Amino acid sequence: MAGVAGFPRSNLAAPAGVPRLRGPTLIADMHNTETSISSTTSSPALFRMQDVSKRFPNGTLALQGMSLECGDHEFISFLGPSGCGKSTALRLIAGLSKISSGTLEWPNRQAAATGGRELSFVFQEPTLMPWTSVFNNIWLPLKLSGVSRDAAAPAIQKVLDMVGLARFADVYPRELSGGMKMRVSIARALVTQPRMLLMDEPFAALDEMTRLKLNNDLLAIWREHRFLVIFVTHSVYESVYLSNRVVVMAARPGRVIEEFQIDEPYPRSEEFRTSSRYNQHCIAVQRTLYSALDGDESADH
Amino acid sequence: MSHLDEHQRKMQRRDRAVRTVIPLTIVIALLIGWEMIVRINEIPHYILPAPSLIWKTLVDNWATLWPALWFTIKLTLLALLAAVVGGTLLAVAFAMFRWVEIGFFPIAVILQVTPLIAIAPLILIYVPNTTTALLLCAWLVAFFPILSNTVIGLKSADRNLRDLFELYQASPWQRFRYLLIPSATPYFMAGLKIAGGLALIGAVVAEFTAGTAGQETGLASRILESSFRTEIPMMFAALFLVSLLGVAIFFVFATLSKLVLGHWHESEMRREA
Repeated sequence: MAGVAGFPRSNLAAPAGVPRLRGPTLIADMHNTETSISSTTSSPALFRMQDVSKRFPNGTLALQGMSLECGDHEFISFLGPSGCGKSTALRLIAGLSKISSGTLEWPNRQAAATGGRELSFVFQEPTLMPWTSVFNNIWLPLKLSGVSRDAAAPAIQKVLDMVGLARFADVYPRELSGGMKMRVSIARALVTQPRMLLMDEPFAALDEMTRLKLNNDLLAIWREHRFLVIFVTHSVYESVYLSNRVVVMAARPGRVIEEFQIDEPYPRSEEFRTSSRYNQHCIAVQRTLYSALDGDESADH
Repeated sequence: MSHLDEHQRKMQRRDRAVRTVIPLTIVIALLIGWEMIVRINEIPHYILPAPSLIWKTLVDNWATLWPALWFTIKLTLLALLAAVVGGTLLAVAFAMFRWVEIGFFPIAVILQVTPLIAIAPLILIYVPNTTTALLLCAWLVAFFPILSNTVIGLKSADRNLRDLFELYQASPWQRFRYLLIPSATPYFMAGLKIAGGLALIGAVVAEFTAGTAGQETGLASRILESSFRTEIPMMFAALFLVSLLGVAIFFVFATLSKLVLGHWHESEMRREA
């Protein structure tokens, strides 16, 4: 949450010129499941969450009344403090956890199956199999689908080239740096040519330089392949730099409080990071995040 | 670069030499000390034989000792094999079916915690074939480390990797083959190293029990027989072979563990200087 520090806690209105998709939807009553976010995306809906809640067996309400529509080719960031349900939402979308109430629809089901090779996931840790080579780690999703090693080799080489690890196919994960391991993890996610890539704070454990480099690399890959990305992060700056939509969430219970459209052209470079537009977006998002941290709904109004 | 490689190889050779020379020197020094104490104090051989006499006894009685050693080797390895097969299969059943674990784990614990020396006479009574009875005794001791370690290993697969396999809709067999087995291997290897030693202990203890019932087949029986005849050098010679067998088993499994895990698992990886 370093990005929040240093900003005043009053005057939480968005700076002029920063588009806000809708008004704040902070819900005081945890039983109220009326929160609804309508997407402004013009691309066809890949999946739609309607009033989705998740309560864990211990009674914790991890997510309340989340509604979201995501289209093909979007880059969406879930941003919020720890415990706001970002990762839970991601796991629900991936089908790794079951929703307690609400609906999760895939309008174009054939093209966007909820599992298998249409959807890929990158975890916070690289989550590689330490007992086998980089090549075999990337081969895994294809192998599980019955694709032989030889048949998979061109696709694996392609994604290795994409992430800049072409010479490292035969090494073991322990021989790689943290950033390189994460690149392997991304390559594994991309090898199936997914239509949807879910990323759960993938760069959180990396140093700043590596993180910036991987941000740029990820954007370059996304621009080339244009799959839907849902990217969970704690960093305001990262979310604004990467996304065309930032979904800000609050904790206790986890819920969406606001969405920001980042209508800035791609490719985004270091120049964008230092531009006034970028700062305006960051300030707007940070202020909303402050309201989430303080639980001060009125400030956002 | 080649200079650095050469230096690294040199350091590795030196490290290997140090690891061999130091323990060997200590063992030789102890043996020399032992020999000197016996000779200087003129200790009778029926109280404490000198290492040279033990070695002479071993060579002179090799025709008697070798069949006993071979029997103990066979018994130990068969018991270990049975422990590996039984322990692993049971571990897989425990990991796959919770009701199997709930139902059978207490029985496994009871068999483990009850002293073998207390069960062995009963087993020798109920099992008609002595060799089978000895095998059962050794198996009882050896199988539990395999079982408990493998169960822990199968349950220790990385949570995110489990999710990944679920996401990619892996079949139960694929999950088992590509995730659970590799994840459990370090734990299994640790269990195997323990079980190797325990199988030998089980075989020797069972032989002792069977020996008292009149069966003379393994090294333990040679030790018993020698003790009845007060042939102390022979006792030491047989004891030496038992120890040698234990050390050999340990080194075989330690080497196997290094071969299987050395390229990826923290426990067996060589540290950079």
